[in-house]
Amino acid sequence: MSDNAHGAGAGPSHRAVETGVAIAIAIFAAVVIGGSIQAGIGWGVEGPKAGFFPFYVGLAILGSSVVNLVNVRAEVAPEKVFADWGQLRQVLAVVIPTAVYVAVMPWVGIYISSAVLIAFFMKRLGNYGWPLIASIAIGIPLVTFVVFERWFLVPLPKGPVEYWLGF
Amino acid sequence: MEELGNLFHGFAVALQPFNIGVMLLGIVLGVLIGVLPGLGGANGVAILLPLTFSMSPTSAIIMLSCIYWGALFGGAITSILFNIPGEPWSVATTFDGHPMAQQGRAGEALTAAFTSSFVGALFAVIMITLVAPLVARFALKFGPAEQFSVYFLAFCSFVGMSKEPPFKTIAAMFIGFALAAVGLDQVTGQLRLTFGSETLLTGFDFLIAVIGLFGIGEILLSIEEGLQFKGGKAGINAKVVWQTWKELPRYWMTSLRSCIIGCWMGISPAGATPASFMSYGIAKRASKNGKNFGKGEIEGVVAPETAAHAAGTAALLPMLSLGVPGSPTAAVLLGGLLIWGLQPGPLLFVEQKEFVWGLIASMYLGNIFGLLVVLTCVPLFAAILRIPFAIIAPVILVICAIGAYTVHNSTFDVVMMLVFGVMGYVLKKCNYPLAPMVLAIVLGDKAEVNFRQSLLASQGSLDIFWSNGLVGSIMALGLLALFWPMISTGWSKLRMRPAV
Repeated sequence: MSDNAHGAGAGPSHRAVETGVAIAIAIFAAVVIGGSIQAGIGWGVEGPKAGFFPFYVGLAILGSSVVNLVNVRAEVAPEKVFADWGQLRQVLAVVIPTAVYVAVMPWVGIYISSAVLIAFFMKRLGNYGWPLIASIAIGIPLVTFVVFERWFLVPLPKGPVEYWLGF
Repeated sequence: MEELGNLFHGFAVALQPFNIGVMLLGIVLGVLIGVLPGLGGANGVAILLPLTFSMSPTSAIIMLSCIYWGALFGGAITSILFNIPGEPWSVATTFDGHPMAQQGRAGEALTAAFTSSFVGALFAVIMITLVAPLVARFALKFGPAEQFSVYFLAFCSFVGMSKEPPFKTIAAMFIGFALAAVGLDQVTGQLRLTFGSETLLTGFDFLIAVIGLFGIGEILLSIEEGLQFKGGKAGINAKVVWQTWKELPRYWMTSLRSCIIGCWMGISPAGATPASFMSYGIAKRASKNGKNFGKGEIEGVVAPETAAHAAGTAALLPMLSLGVPGSPTAAVLLGGLLIWGLQPGPLLFVEQKEFVWGLIASMYLGNIFGLLVVLTCVPLFAAILRIPFAIIAPVILVICAIGAYTVHNSTFDVVMMLVFGVMGYVLKKCNYPLAPMVLAIVLGDKAEVNFRQSLLASQGSLDIFWSNGLVGSIMALGLLALFWPMISTGWSKLRMRPAV
């Protein structure tokens, strides 16, 4: 991870990330091949067994990711960065709250967690005043509730607060 | 003319008040989806698919296909006013559309774009009306081997035509096949690749993959680029529209050429994006104003928009008649068909006449409504783009999460959506194409079943794929498409070599 002289900002090298991706795909391929062998890749009474097709699919993934691994050096310039740290921080600033959102959803339901997510983003990225934040953070889940639960009769995950309110 | 009667019956279906209602709703939602960053045709349709579970299949497909038309129209708005292509196929529209907006000719550019989109779509719909029944009748004779060869051709053309490195396309595609294989084996009923996990029993749903890969992944990409909208004013009024319309017939040759390019690229699964670029490039070479392209030439808006819309529409031809979608959005629509209990493919034209012809009729009407809606409501849609990203991003995240949850009422799917999202972000940045992966997840099971049935018939010999003229020539076409880049470079090298 060397500093970039062209002023684009420092960050993980694109080569390193591409190599990592190719290796991850190869590992995925190995898992697929392993699982297929477990299911049987031969020829049974009913024709090709369940693992027959995925086994060759796994081989194809493995083969192409080896080629991609070899090609990384030829295709990607050594000084190219994947994204500079500032950009990655921005991306993580979205991924981490979303991961928390997704993780707590089964317990607190979708409505409360959505309201908190929207409020958090508006404060953190936009630094809006609380009245505006409150109106959007509460308004969107309310609209969702009316559209899904009332109009289209599609139930969404609910938590203790909604049960306490009697839904 | 049995087809003509069917078409009129289709119009009667599409013109029922409820269906007109869902058509308009679909168009407006579609334009919104096309305008908003992070929401596109494919994942927009995927998110809204669960809402249609309670409708009749015909109304459902009308609404979803109208969302698709709306998204195609919406992409042009952001490209011209904000220089941000809402969809990949609108990239070429920015080249001349945005300079026009900067010169204060936004209204002209928008009118040209919408009208060309409409012309392109109309051409493709007429083509579908005439050709689809013939293709379907022909395809009724297909056995498993022929059916597999059609899939083979579709996937090979992806590899040969994509601008990404071929081995990355292959890797992405086969990851899709592997994900499709997880869960219950359709032929033997045996479990595979579940590794004892209960959540994997049902496999990976492509809708979740689409919402994650295209929706969440796209938001992460936008965040990284640091979105800021600096847009031109959307001044459009009847006078501008009328004047542009008077000017447009001059470019009939460009239009016609772009229609043909679009239809051709749309049927083969190369899709709308390369079609728009190709059409722009050829128009630039052929036009006598070619050197002005890129500086705000109206012809440079007409060419890519016509082709993109023709391709986007034509992508439904193989989906309807062969069960092979020509684009990720068509793939999602095909998935919808399966969910509504319809079997995509040539039999649709025999067993589900009302559905097929209702859909085709709604393509005509949907595009007319679409043109009217976008021409009259452009300022409204442009205003939505001015909503700051800090507000719109979490709202889109919430919408994606709701979409992912409602597919199977499972919170685990929402987790998977985020996983696919991060995966999509990294893969996209590393130049792995996502469209073939999605197509493989959708078609994986069907391709596999046909492959295995063919092998069963031939006792395991691959010769069955060359056993008659039909299957052999489709397979040969597939191989040709697969190796096309090599063949064309080899050919040009051969021609460049000086005679000895």
